[in-house]
Amino acid sequence: MATPGNKSAAASLTETLLRQRTRILKDIVARYAITIGGIGVIMAVVLIFFYLLFVVVPLFKPASIEEVASYQLTPPGIGDRTLHLAMEEQAEIGVRFTHSGLVQFFFTHSGAVISEHSIPLPPDTTITSFASGAPHTAIVAFGLSDGSAILVRHVYRVTFSNNKRVITPRLDYPLGDDPLVIDTASRPLRLLAIQSNEEQTSFGAVTEDNRLLFTHFATEESFLDEDEETLVRTGTELEGFPENTRYLLIDEDQQHLYTANKDGALSIFNLSDKEQPDLDQRLPSVTEGAKITAMKLLAGGISLMIGNSDGRISQWFPVRDESGKFVFTRIRDFEAQEAPITILTPEFNRKGFLAADSSGKLGVYHATAHRTLMVEEVGKNSLNQLAIAPRANALLGEDSNGHIHFLRIENEHPEISFSSLWGKVWYESYSEPEYIWQSSSASDIFEPKLSLTPITFGTLKAAFYAMLVALPLAVLGAIFTAQFMAPRMRRIVKPTIEIMEALPTVIIGFLAGLWLAPVLETHLPGTFALLVIMPVGILLFAFVWTHLIPDAIRHKVPDSWEAALLLPVVLFLGWFSFAISPALENLLFDGNMVQWLTHEMGISFDQRNSLVVGIAMGFAVIPTIFSMAEDALFGVPKHLIRGSLALGATPWQTLTRVILLTASPGIFAAVMIGLGRAVGETMIVLMATGNTPIMDFSIFQGMRTLSANIAVEMPEAEVASTHYRVLFLAALVLFVLTFIFNTLAEVVRQRLRKKYSSL
Amino acid sequence: MIKWFRSGSPWVWLSAAAVSISILLVVTLLGLITARGLVFFWPKDVLQAEYQDLAGNNYRLIGEIQDTEEVPAARLRESGIELPGNEYSYTRYLIKTGNRDALGMDFRLVLPDFLTNIEHPPELMVVERREWGNLYGYLKEVKENGQVVAEGEAAVTELRKRLKRALELHGRIKHIEKDLIGAINYKLEQLRLEERRLELDNNDDPAKRAAITAQRAELQIEYEALQRQRNELFPQFNRDSFSAEIMDGRIIEVPLSKVVRFYFPNAMGVGGKISHYFSKLWEFVSDEPREANTEGGIFPAIFGTVMMVLLMSVLVTPAGVVAAVYLREYAKQGFVVRLIRIAVNNLAGVPSIVYGVFGLGFFVYFLGGNIDALFYPEAQPTPTFGTPGILWSSITLALLTLPVVIVATEEGLARVPRSIREGSLALGATKAETLWRTVLPMASPAMMTGLILAVARAAGEVAPLMLVGVVKLAPSLPLDGNAPYLHLDRKFMHLGFHIYDVGFQSPNVEAARPLVYATALLLVVVIIVLNLAAISIRNRLREKYRSLES
Repeated sequence: MATPGNKSAAASLTETLLRQRTRILKDIVARYAITIGGIGVIMAVVLIFFYLLFVVVPLFKPASIEEVASYQLTPPGIGDRTLHLAMEEQAEIGVRFTHSGLVQFFFTHSGAVISEHSIPLPPDTTITSFASGAPHTAIVAFGLSDGSAILVRHVYRVTFSNNKRVITPRLDYPLGDDPLVIDTASRPLRLLAIQSNEEQTSFGAVTEDNRLLFTHFATEESFLDEDEETLVRTGTELEGFPENTRYLLIDEDQQHLYTANKDGALSIFNLSDKEQPDLDQRLPSVTEGAKITAMKLLAGGISLMIGNSDGRISQWFPVRDESGKFVFTRIRDFEAQEAPITILTPEFNRKGFLAADSSGKLGVYHATAHRTLMVEEVGKNSLNQLAIAPRANALLGEDSNGHIHFLRIENEHPEISFSSLWGKVWYESYSEPEYIWQSSSASDIFEPKLSLTPITFGTLKAAFYAMLVALPLAVLGAIFTAQFMAPRMRRIVKPTIEIMEALPTVIIGFLAGLWLAPVLETHLPGTFALLVIMPVGILLFAFVWTHLIPDAIRHKVPDSWEAALLLPVVLFLGWFSFAISPALENLLFDGNMVQWLTHEMGISFDQRNSLVVGIAMGFAVIPTIFSMAEDALFGVPKHLIRGSLALGATPWQTLTRVILLTASPGIFAAVMIGLGRAVGETMIVLMATGNTPIMDFSIFQGMRTLSANIAVEMPEAEVASTHYRVLFLAALVLFVLTFIFNTLAEVVRQRLRKKYSSL
Repeated sequence: MIKWFRSGSPWVWLSAAAVSISILLVVTLLGLITARGLVFFWPKDVLQAEYQDLAGNNYRLIGEIQDTEEVPAARLRESGIELPGNEYSYTRYLIKTGNRDALGMDFRLVLPDFLTNIEHPPELMVVERREWGNLYGYLKEVKENGQVVAEGEAAVTELRKRLKRALELHGRIKHIEKDLIGAINYKLEQLRLEERRLELDNNDDPAKRAAITAQRAELQIEYEALQRQRNELFPQFNRDSFSAEIMDGRIIEVPLSKVVRFYFPNAMGVGGKISHYFSKLWEFVSDEPREANTEGGIFPAIFGTVMMVLLMSVLVTPAGVVAAVYLREYAKQGFVVRLIRIAVNNLAGVPSIVYGVFGLGFFVYFLGGNIDALFYPEAQPTPTFGTPGILWSSITLALLTLPVVIVATEEGLARVPRSIREGSLALGATKAETLWRTVLPMASPAMMTGLILAVARAAGEVAPLMLVGVVKLAPSLPLDGNAPYLHLDRKFMHLGFHIYDVGFQSPNVEAARPLVYATALLLVVVIIVLNLAAISIRNRLREKYRSLES
């Protein structure tokens, strides 16, 4: 009888146990799922910071090089000196020019020679000098013993066969195979300089008998046949160059010719008139006693880099002085290497350069950033020749033993340094060091100006004006709402102002830019009059109301409804200020305040200026500050207030001596949060300012902020470029700025909460 | 007086004024948007007047007053105007004269003092066109293939009839072009990708290639048929035209295929104006934009905003709730959790553009780039997910609004009385069961509040979207009739961005301004309603727990 019951009891027991187990299992599963999920979400949030950091960090990485191969070219050419090394775009093929007129193309990885060419020298002549043009033109020139020169270009044709890239190198003679006459007296050319482009070619040369010649060839199209070109030659002899000239350079635009001797005497000739170049400047010594050991022009041809026997490198470029004259000025010096600089090699497009010294060390530098990215020993022997690939990712060097070294170089973002981001930088063609943000330009060879200072300044300026508007309104409003306002009114007022917080900033920005800015411009005097009229008018009304209005009427309005009572007054005062604006403008500013400001005061006026931003963004942060400050004030324990009042203090005394003191950390927290919001706001500043990155605190000028800068430039920045990473850095700066403000606020608020609960 | 000052009472008054000013600012802003936004659809009377311009030329002016402003007299004098009186400032009208094709400019600044013989003739007609903006003028003739079919009085009814027909034809052509041919193009593109995929896989299966070729041929035939159909409609569509006399006396002819609607505002009664108002309002919310977004509707922007916000809600709700439950119910309360709380609160204050930068770098370029490389090699080098789009936008905004949901849910969980949890546990329920059956349902209104606040924030956020997916004009919606229907990789339009773009980047800002106000009004209304909903849910929730606690 009991068996079936037992059985079913046992069954139900196992069933219960089973169910129990699944329940517990479910509980455990839920625990892990939620824990993992929760931590995952929090990790995702932390990821933001680390990802920003991850993108930014490569900016500050030093350069590194690594030797890939080292070999000797065959035939080594005993007694044959290498004059020049170069590489093509992909750094797969290198080229070597030698003193005997031999040109070898070779694979940079193995040293295997692809082809060999000989420069077609006229009979009985030898090569006496050599020069290379701006690296991207791939032009070199040989000076000959008969006073002529041969211009050669190394070109590379890229073809694809079976999806594989094949690069075919060849030599090209842009001005023809025949030597060009440089010295009509046919003396050997001791020193040569060359620059050449489609339209013109300039040669500088020093002959054996020490004459400095400038020869210019203009390439002119024939009238009849477009393909037929004729060369027009002009040659002049220049005076006023240093004795024993050792260095001769022409800039890329063929506007200046630089000559220098070993002792540091430098002469600069102005070539703008090709028929009559004249001596521009003469500097007796540019090296302070040391010897010049290397001299090159940076990419763009504006800056002259001078390396000397102390191992120092200095940068020079012409700077316009007060009278408008260009003066060749020493801009900056780079940390000295230990031995005399033997070679300077500029990069193709950036303002970076390499410097090798006689102890076998190689330095990687960037001029604008004033940054030494690396100084390292590359081999036991010092380098004779040094070439950099067009993309600045590979090096080719020849040491004193005739070995060629092929090196990879990792140097993505040399243009960034602490000083180039935050300090004043002396940019090329500027008359003094300045803070400038100008990230891009149409030209390829362009010095990016990536100073974050003006846009950080703009951010703080915008926040400052916003706080100027928001702080008094929000804090005073919070004080009144928390302490004096009737509860019934407070229930309406607080949510109304809080709703403002949810208002999309794009709407505030659009109204500020399209409606407020023109209104303020036409009512400028009224706007400033408002600052006086409003408080005076309110106080006047208050005085009249409390002292002159009969009690009978006054008592009809319940206590603590002052704010409602003031609504029409404020409205009237606002209207009045704007209504008298034209009259004021006529009386005080000849009818046009904007023009008066520009002409009489010399203050330039933008329609979308800081005043507009201050009002609009102030409006946007009022609710944030108001709401939090009001919470802090309202939370002050009531017994403190009652105690103070009971001791005979007036409400205002109670407020300033008890309530404000107690709640001040809360108000501080509110202000911090508001500041954080003002700093990060994007749309309002984007729409209500002209977005010009200037450093000017004027209320009538606009600004560009970090956030607006990101919004404007981010979509166009090339991924992983320096510009892209600097914009990430701007975002990181914003992140850190707001994080500091918010954490400060949060910590203060938590302390306050503890204090209130203990009171 | 001094005593009064010493009592502190003036300060109280000043602080009261701060509240009044703040309130007035809110009211002014909302009032301004409402007034300008609502007035946009109302048919304004069109005036005709004699106007003497600066050079002393007299001419007829026809147009509607778009705006009035006060200008200081000095500024007018500087621009060479001889003013009649000695006032400090003068009213100036901004008059929309339309007829951009004939007159070169849409708007004129006019001083009312130089207007004479102002009248509002009932025969003045306003024509909204698909190109060149509005036409203001007198209807002269209605033509069919260049032959006059109606003149004078009869022309109006004839025009009405023929416009109806033209609109219907326009609808059909648009359906063929956009829906049918669009679908075929989409399929052709899919076929191209399929072929490319085969190529990449080195798959030389002739059957598959043949199938693709066959399908392509089939689609081509379909396409040609549709093309023919469309081409047949065109001559019919272009058949009718009308001519009208504009303000400088010229007669211009406009094909009906370019006309959206016409009306006679001066002859309209209140009823007519109201019905016109609502038809314009409907067009605004349901139609596509015309003329570089400055006219027509904003339907794609509404659709894009809603779509993005929905996707974001789907993502942010579970993530936020799980994180909040973990922090409140499972994590050991201590220093670390306090730190996390501070961090989460802080994140709510991180500028939205920072999220945009992160979204662009991490989601679009890093995740999207890798997804493309793995799953869409056939589309290379065109990016599929490696470019800004609606998916990345909604994930970025989900991240942005996560703190809002976490904080609100945590608050809700904290409000559930301990006694309820303990009661459930005492009855033998496991922690998960307690959570699932009692705590979460009770906290659900708080989650709702969090979600609504998140949606309100996301709907108004523009800055990060500018980096991760929003465009000024999206060729197709992210949801359409082509499989797989939901296209998460597409770019989309957004109300907030629409305001920025049309208001600041548009070539004709004056013409676009009323539309921007209307868009702003719509956005403000949506966001205020959402916030009010959140507030009322929060209040209801508080009431509920107050009764439970007692």
